[in-house]
Amino acid sequence: MAEMNMAKAINKALYEAMERDERVVVLGEDVGKDEGVFRITEGLHAKFGDKRVIDTPLAESAIVGTSIGMALYGLRPVCEIQFSGFDYYNYHQLESHAARFRNRTRGRLTVPMVMRAPYGGGIRALEHHSESREAIYAHTPGLKVVIPSGPRNARALLHAAIQDPDAVVYYEPKALYRAFKEDVPDQIETLPIGQAQIVKKGSNITLISYGASLRNTLEAAEILEEEHDIKAEVIDLLSIAPLDTETIIDSVKKTGRAVVVHEGPRTCGIGAEVVARINEHVLLYLEAPVKRVTGFDVVIPYFSKEKAYLPDADRIVTAALETLEF
Amino acid sequence: MPRKPIDLPYKIEHLSILDEHGDVDKELEPKLSADDLKKMYWFMLLARRTDERMLNLQRQGRIGTFPQTSGHEAICMGSIFAIKSTDWNVPAYRELAGMLYRGWPIETILLYWGGYEEGNRIPDKVNDLPYCVPVASQLLHAAGIGMAMNIKGDKNVVVTYFGDGSSSEGDFHEALNFASVFSAPVIFVCENNQYAISVPISRQMKAETIAQRSIAYGIPGIRVDGNDVLAMYVASAEAVERARAGHGPSLIEGLTYRVTPHTTADDPKKYRSEDEVKEWVNRDCLLRFSKYLVKKGVYSEADLKKVDEEVDAKIKEAVKRFEELAKSEELLDPMAMFDYTYADIPPFLQEQRDELSGLLKKESGSGSEGKKQAETARRHG
Repeated sequence: MAEMNMAKAINKALYEAMERDERVVVLGEDVGKDEGVFRITEGLHAKFGDKRVIDTPLAESAIVGTSIGMALYGLRPVCEIQFSGFDYYNYHQLESHAARFRNRTRGRLTVPMVMRAPYGGGIRALEHHSESREAIYAHTPGLKVVIPSGPRNARALLHAAIQDPDAVVYYEPKALYRAFKEDVPDQIETLPIGQAQIVKKGSNITLISYGASLRNTLEAAEILEEEHDIKAEVIDLLSIAPLDTETIIDSVKKTGRAVVVHEGPRTCGIGAEVVARINEHVLLYLEAPVKRVTGFDVVIPYFSKEKAYLPDADRIVTAALETLEF
Repeated sequence: MPRKPIDLPYKIEHLSILDEHGDVDKELEPKLSADDLKKMYWFMLLARRTDERMLNLQRQGRIGTFPQTSGHEAICMGSIFAIKSTDWNVPAYRELAGMLYRGWPIETILLYWGGYEEGNRIPDKVNDLPYCVPVASQLLHAAGIGMAMNIKGDKNVVVTYFGDGSSSEGDFHEALNFASVFSAPVIFVCENNQYAISVPISRQMKAETIAQRSIAYGIPGIRVDGNDVLAMYVASAEAVERARAGHGPSLIEGLTYRVTPHTTADDPKKYRSEDEVKEWVNRDCLLRFSKYLVKKGVYSEADLKKVDEEVDAKIKEAVKRFEELAKSEELLDPMAMFDYTYADIPPFLQEQRDELSGLLKKESGSGSEGKKQAETARRHG
């Protein structure tokens, strides 16, 4: 057991995966000698060399497109897109190919690859460096999308993603890279993709979130408990696609109330899907409409104003109280 | 002096070996055995006749819209013949001759254009990717496969295909650059048929050739008479040798002309004259290759007729098999759409699968589900 931050935990997972499976290769911009702009690939190039830790030219479509080719040829590429704000360049390769080869070839060829990218706001970054567009990928049949919320689950989810037989988008909440440390066990762990976790038990209301917003949601749950004597159950989705319907509806059946929290824009966001599933399965258990605390449907403001955009504990507490008082 | 020309390592050549009359440049003629030449001719003719038969099937509504391939046989046959079965082939969608040569059954091709996913099921042991409709995107897969060959230390090569229109896509440039930077053993074969649907090559680029794009990426490039299968073979064999020796990718531009419409849904009368087309019909690749084979004594006129009959018989049988497959319950089962989205079906998708299954059962009433599904699919097809 060792205490480490999320950046180190992701790095550890990459190192372990490369050590145990020589098919695993890492590629992207500045991932080699520079060890990544967030230092996520630290030590990999020194240990595994040029062949398996590949500094690529600057072209996102090609990074993902060649990763697909490598996966088709039997490797397990883990590519890095430097910021999720640039992964629209490669969306086509994910949508038209990574997500489809299994289906198109009726299982003959598959694309077991991982695309990693830091996403989300909260670090006073420049323009095009703070978006949360996980919903785009969740909307793409054939792709899996996972988002960790802490060091331990970051490492376990990345191992699961690398071992997964399908293409996985692994979004890293960059605001959490060095936000806090956690004990990470020595032995390799994996988390099943498609399973959410209840991170705090409660009976009055269900708060559903993931990624960086989970920290704010947990903070809100504490405020609700300490200041209002409300016991909120907090669900960490971890997998955005496939979404774990069961954990969500079991909790809502119990609490009858829910708030879903995320940074991405509201319209057609993950929250919309969560609300739809609650309606489909447990509408009659609801005591109040499900509220969404999300980013607004605007271009994410530059960092002088990003605090007002990102869902914080106060907004979550307010939404929870409104839901409880409905 | 401060201003002087920079010497670039590559010059762009044009290669032509076999002319329209079937006469050959003896010095450049490749040393192919009679059996090899017969094999090339067989698959080129098989592709041509299959394409013609497909047009017929499409007009009868038995298959859907498809891009015609007649006229492209020399480019893909000459290049595919230069690689081994252990090498990889990454097609676009006009490489019928190459796919047939690699082992794709005609009925599989018909299933694809007939609207069945099974048409993309690559035959066992064939190292091909399936058809790729979004143009140029497949070139990156070829580059990635080539990079993976280097990483694994395999001495294999990849050949990949694209059209002149594709050369305007970003993925084309990215693929050439990646393959070049990583010395990936990739042979990029351009089928320059001078039209991207209605847009002529002059609107696609101001450059003289597509081959010269190679200079920008520091790799060898050549323009070849795309109706000359021998020239295509020679240029490809050289590129394959370089790639296998670790010297990286090459770009080969085969210049031909799309004598057919873009697809069966296209009407070229709107954008080009028939005179222009006629001029190119006379330069046909099969016509000149057959003349060459007769002049060389590989085939007599009677032999050619016999080959024609053999090819026709083979297609006839394949169409029959396609028709049988096309009405089989297994291939018409709509439930199959859920089978290969993920390795294992997640619960949320299972729920949707159950939903469709329920709907189909409801529709079928007392009839068996399979039978009804077949009927439903036929109705929608």
